[in-house]
Amino acid sequence: MLDFPLWKKLSLWAMTLAASLLALPSLFNVSGLDWPSALPDPQVNLGLDLAGGSHLLLEAKASDVRAQRLENMEETVRQLMRNAKPRIRIGDVSTAGGQLSFILENAADIDRARGLIEPAMQGATTVREWELNVVDGQRMVLSQTDAGVNQAIDDAMASATEVVRRRIDELGTREPTIIRQGDTRIVVQVPGLQDPEALKALVGQTAQLEFKLVDLNALPSNVQAGIAPAGSEIFPFAPGTPEQGSFLAVRRLGGIRGENLTGAQAGVNPQTNQNIVNITFDAQGGAKFAKLTTENVNKPFAIILDGQVLSAPNINEPIIGGSAQISGSFTPESANNLAIALRSGALPVPLAVVEERTVGPDLGADSIRKGLIAMGIGSLAVIALMIATYGRFGVYATVALVFNVLMLLGIMALGGFTLTLPGIAGFVITIGAAVDANVLINERIREERARGRKVVAAVETGYKEASRAIFDANLTNVISGVALFAFGSGPVKGFAVVLIIGIVTSVFTGVTLTRMFVAGWLRKARPNDIVI
Amino acid sequence: MKLLKLVPDNTNIKFLKLRVPFFVLSLVLIFGSWAAVAVNGLNFGVDFAGGQEVRMTFQSREQAPIPSLRELVGGLGYGEPVVQEFGAPNQVSIRVPLPDGVEDTPGAATAIGDKVIAAIAAQYPDARRDGNDTVSGKVAGEFRNSAILALLAAMAAVSVYIWVRFEWQFGVGAMFALVHDVSVTLGLFALTQMEFSLQIVAAILAIIGYSLNDTIVVYDRIRENLKKYRKMPMNELLDLSVNETLARTVMTSLTLFVALIPLLIFGPPSLFGMVAAITVGLFIGTYSSIYMAGPLLIWMGVTTDSFVPTESAVDRQDKIARGQG
Repeated sequence: MLDFPLWKKLSLWAMTLAASLLALPSLFNVSGLDWPSALPDPQVNLGLDLAGGSHLLLEAKASDVRAQRLENMEETVRQLMRNAKPRIRIGDVSTAGGQLSFILENAADIDRARGLIEPAMQGATTVREWELNVVDGQRMVLSQTDAGVNQAIDDAMASATEVVRRRIDELGTREPTIIRQGDTRIVVQVPGLQDPEALKALVGQTAQLEFKLVDLNALPSNVQAGIAPAGSEIFPFAPGTPEQGSFLAVRRLGGIRGENLTGAQAGVNPQTNQNIVNITFDAQGGAKFAKLTTENVNKPFAIILDGQVLSAPNINEPIIGGSAQISGSFTPESANNLAIALRSGALPVPLAVVEERTVGPDLGADSIRKGLIAMGIGSLAVIALMIATYGRFGVYATVALVFNVLMLLGIMALGGFTLTLPGIAGFVITIGAAVDANVLINERIREERARGRKVVAAVETGYKEASRAIFDANLTNVISGVALFAFGSGPVKGFAVVLIIGIVTSVFTGVTLTRMFVAGWLRKARPNDIVI
Repeated sequence: MKLLKLVPDNTNIKFLKLRVPFFVLSLVLIFGSWAAVAVNGLNFGVDFAGGQEVRMTFQSREQAPIPSLRELVGGLGYGEPVVQEFGAPNQVSIRVPLPDGVEDTPGAATAIGDKVIAAIAAQYPDARRDGNDTVSGKVAGEFRNSAILALLAAMAAVSVYIWVRFEWQFGVGAMFALVHDVSVTLGLFALTQMEFSLQIVAAILAIIGYSLNDTIVVYDRIRENLKKYRKMPMNELLDLSVNETLARTVMTSLTLFVALIPLLIFGPPSLFGMVAAITVGLFIGTYSSIYMAGPLLIWMGVTTDSFVPTESAVDRQDKIARGQG
């Protein structure tokens, strides 16, 4: 037990010192000193609650994805039927109850219709995305399978994550974290952010841009009452527009979505001095836009953003250059935000902020300072108590404790773990609990000496007999630490990380290192009696 | 050099003599805590209640103007705000409920927080915004569920571990001790109405791990003594084990205690609730190690004959080798 061959001693010291050295860059950083830039620089990451910054949890609603898919399918089916030769006439189209259902005017078309629709039901994967049923020989009902919806949600979230990432990159902040969480959520963490409002304005904007023709036949009184004529739908004007508070009826189909954009820039219209967003279509979008504007000269079309009408200008002439201007009572900031959002693409599904946490930068620095002071005083108290109680053995425990803190910090830096505010409490708990192993060992040695064992035998028995309880106690702590880690979000996870790593390092320093110290001393001094 | 001995050698305190009154006390504490939680409820923070919480420091004041803040924010029309001191006397957290359906309108929750902050900043120019949290009702519900799940899972897992390492009676004893520790901590939060947040659940989970440390030390000694003193009556054996390990129990609790106290006094104010919970849990855990975990073994019929099979195979082989097996 007390036999430490040279290779063992050297490797223990090497491990201890290596892990401790890794803590130095972080310590330099905290104390405001400059770490030589030529050396490797592993740092403990500071959590948002210490560094300041914003955490957002965004969630998409599955029902939005379903609705969107249904709408796309409706448009596809209408187009297929219209373009069929000869044309297949359909009627009584409904999307109620999450299903697309329609009647074939001529029941004899059923096989042709089926032949056209079935390929459109198959997505890119082998998943069966839609189910087609025929009722009464004439009505076709398309319903979404769960697998299809899940696939769609998955696709939407993957691309939404990408879009969010592109938008945040435009903010130019350092090291943002954007990860998908679960089926319908995205976590966004931006440390050190000075203006969380800009972040939320940017991420919260779906940026679904649509150009739709205004329904000029709708009765104004019906529109304001929210009654849409057949084939039309009603949108409110956006807040801040002169028409705010009123509604506009637009043709439901035949518009253009702002998907085919290659660029968007905020600007000012030199004639009106209004803030505008200049957009550029790609070839396909430009062609569609040219067709729409050519066919509808002198009619108004509505520019709709996320379900709100920005403006409804008149089409004075065909716009065939592939670029257009969006006006809509913007401020310079909102024009810029919209430009960024359009550039990075529309979110395929609206995202709502279901959790937000923002911490100002002042508080974090204050917390670290106070935490360090408390940790210092606490360590001194523990050290004083240990040395007063166990003398030389307390000194060994103290040296082990110092290495324990350094190793814990070093391993956190190496592993890129995040130190959070509760993590500071974790450090203090680790300091208080790390010496428990030494208490158990030293008390056992005391007991064995009191029973009359010789020094070496007492120390050996002390380490051997105490290690069982030390093992069990630390294992239960690991179990509760794992529960903590699984349960916690950000800050609490940081607490769990410190506790779990601290348990491992404290067993190493408290048991293995001190045993080496004690063994070295016993070998050299060969005492007949020990004070413990 | 004369070393400090907080616990004299060879103590012989008859802990178990008072086991019935103390056990009754423990039961009263458990049920009393449950009643306190049922009657007072826990003062859920924004994590569990949901809503929009804004934290501010009034830099040029000793004391935050809490009553006038309550009036000011209450007048904004978002319902009754919860305004409470947060850390230092000049720091407050202000929580307003979020209207239903706010999740469907991106930015709506933020707008509310901004209005609250703007209204306060207009009246108190020295108010510094320290941060804000928005938690939707749905996410708050998930936090509540996962907190309950994590607490139950941790208690069960730890008890199963004790059962595997010792005997089922020890596992049940540990479980009771944990139920006691968690209940009493919750009861204290219900009585004091201190804010109950994710951090506090983290503290309780840490207590589940650390309060058992003492229990394990005592159990380990009980197991050792059960093999050693085959003829000793159970309550004497328990008293002996508790006394033999008393110095350890006191020292391990004390080292953690002296480390935590400076954090409580000088540490970041926003950690106060969490550290307070752990500190209190430490005492409750030490008490339950002695008065819940031990006596329960007697009532579950653990006797000196119970653990003949628990001798490790190595011991048995030793005896066989020595011709005693």
